[in-house]
Amino acid sequence: MNIIVCAKQVVDASEIKIDSSTNKPILEGISKKISDIDKNAMEEAIKIKDKHGGKITVVTVGSADAKERIKELLAMGADEGILIPYPDKYDYHVVSTLLAEAIKKIGEYDIVLCGEASTDLFSGQIGPKVAGLLNIPQITYAQSVDAEKDNVVAERNMGEKSVTTESSYPVLITVTKEINEPRLPSLMEILGAANKPINDWSADSLAGGLEPKIETIDLKGVSMERKNIVYKDSLDESIGKLVDNLAKEGVLG
Amino acid sequence: MVLVYSDNKKLTFELLSKGSELSKDLGKKSTAVIIGKSDDTLANEYIAYGADNVFVAETVVDSFKAEEYAEILEKIVKETGTEIILIGSNKNGKELASRLAGKLDVGCIIGCTNIYLKDKKLTAERVVYSGNAIAVEQFNSKPGILTVSSKVFDPLKKDDKRKGDIVKKKIETEKSSSKVLKVQEAKTEGVNVEDAEIIVSCGRGFKSKEDIKLADELADVLKGKTIGCSRPIAADLKWMSEDHWIGLSGHKVKPKLYIATGISGQIQHIAGIRDSGVIVAINKDADALIFKSADYGIVGDLYEVLPKLTAAIKDKMG
Ligand SMILES: Cc1cc2nc3c(=O)[nH]c(=O)nc-3n(C[C@H](O)[C@H](O)[C@H](O)COP(=O)(O)OP(=O)(O)OC[C@H]3O[C@@H](n4cnc5c(N)ncnc54)[C@H](O)[C@@H]3O)c2cc1C
Ligand SMILES: Nc1ncnc2c1ncn2[C@@H]1O[C@H](COP(=O)(O)O)[C@@H](O)[C@H]1O
Repeated sequence: MNIIVCAKQVVDASEIKIDSSTNKPILEGISKKISDIDKNAMEEAIKIKDKHGGKITVVTVGSADAKERIKELLAMGADEGILIPYPDKYDYHVVSTLLAEAIKKIGEYDIVLCGEASTDLFSGQIGPKVAGLLNIPQITYAQSVDAEKDNVVAERNMGEKSVTTESSYPVLITVTKEINEPRLPSLMEILGAANKPINDWSADSLAGGLEPKIETIDLKGVSMERKNIVYKDSLDESIGKLVDNLAKEGVLG
Repeated sequence: MVLVYSDNKKLTFELLSKGSELSKDLGKKSTAVIIGKSDDTLANEYIAYGADNVFVAETVVDSFKAEEYAEILEKIVKETGTEIILIGSNKNGKELASRLAGKLDVGCIIGCTNIYLKDKKLTAERVVYSGNAIAVEQFNSKPGILTVSSKVFDPLKKDDKRKGDIVKKKIETEKSSSKVLKVQEAKTEGVNVEDAEIIVSCGRGFKSKEDIKLADELADVLKGKTIGCSRPIAADLKWMSEDHWIGLSGHKVKPKLYIATGISGQIQHIAGIRDSGVIVAINKDADALIFKSADYGIVGDLYEVLPKLTAAIKDKMG
């Protein structure tokens, strides 16, 4: 079974502060990580490989430092990484086209796995868009995946309903956070990952003359000011003060 | 032309209000799309809510499947020379819009909170970085696809005197090689956290489903009667139905009072409660992140705090 995992490097949104003078989010100098749910996609890929054998390739469109992040996925169990550096200008159209072209270049594949959404932009767009570009079936929001030799059955969490869907291969599947618990690689696995290949594929070599269709013309910070009064007295006193304050705020009843 | 589609009728009404505004700005028409069986009652309702036209795509496709619906919309878009495609941003709508964007090779913005023309270009705002920022995005090519969640736009007033054409057309699609085997309706409790004035919300600090009654009792004295929860309570443990789920991937709420109990305060949960009036946190861990996002906090065991708080509020309110 040949499995491709699309993984994105994101900034840790919980570290973002808003610059009060410019009212812009400060995105420089905060930690970067693999988008949370992409690790679930990776874990699911490993489970499928454990069952059927095969190869797992991780594809990332990202900045050069994403190599370090790809190594984490190689340590988890991916066999090979591909890093496509972001072109000067990019948007969802550019990224999804590059991913689709990279997948075509890999050639033989049965399953493409994505996260249900990335933790920074949270669109859930790339998975179905790549499936549309490749014109292959898509299964979104999978909370369980059962891959057999010739087909896959997945249970999809659609909120007010759960939908069980079957598909032949190749198929693109987006997974939820609940599908599994991503493993933490051992030290040996981390060391071993150093010998696994990460290939650089240039954007130009995959698709020439790509232009974004959407431009971000502004990014406005949204700060949330809160009183942050925390009561640590005896419980009865704390509750007394809290209830008094809530009454003063006029929010009781 | 502005094309409007959602499998949710109410959401379509809301989209039509924005759709007719944009089509007027462009000097074009708005068209609501119905996929499946022809339904004149629904078509007339769409017209009453602002659609200039209704396009009924009659198909043999029996239930929603993104692959087939995207193909149908692709054909309609190409046939009608559509410039703007508005799609309801529920789970079906998001995957449909994204796949359609792939098939048409066009730009797509998911979860718009505002849409307008700026310098004659289609422009939209959306929340990014878990609520820390709003991105203003502009299309530089046509057509553009945008998805919008429910309650972002208000529907127009229904006007049965509005006139419009209903066009019906049979559309064939290639059968997708994916197949729906089973649909299981999860029971929802019909809770509407989005409109609730007071919410008591439960996280993984609760040890069992039965214990949620402690939060229920507090909600009762607050006359709020609305219980919310974090993602794990709904999605992992399934102690509560999806309609209680609050956060980035759940519902966005704006009550005057939000009480978070046994919730750690991860940014994805906070993303859903940023517009709340007063936020109260109850957590046994003094270092819990939730206190940074709260107005008032009590460090303590919820099993001790909740009954006492319920009693104290009951006293206060008489
Ligand atoms: C892409 C993405 C989207 C997500 N979307 C959402 C979303 O929409 N909504 C959401 O909620 N989460 C969402 N999450 C998950 C989120 O990151 C957190 O994992 C989740 O909110 C944690 O839930 P929790 O606070 O209930 O549980 P935990 O993080 O386990 O916290 C439990 C808390 O309870 C406290 N506690 C334990 N026992 C007691 C006690 N006896 N008394 C008092 N306090 C106690 C603990 O100190 C702890 O702080 C998302 C994650 C991702 C990656
Ligand atoms: N730059 C990228 N490189 C690789 N995969 C990506 C990239 N961006 C998004 N993805 C994949 O698409 C999923 C959804 O992302 P998004 O559409 O941004 O919510 C992610 O969970 C990844 O699996």
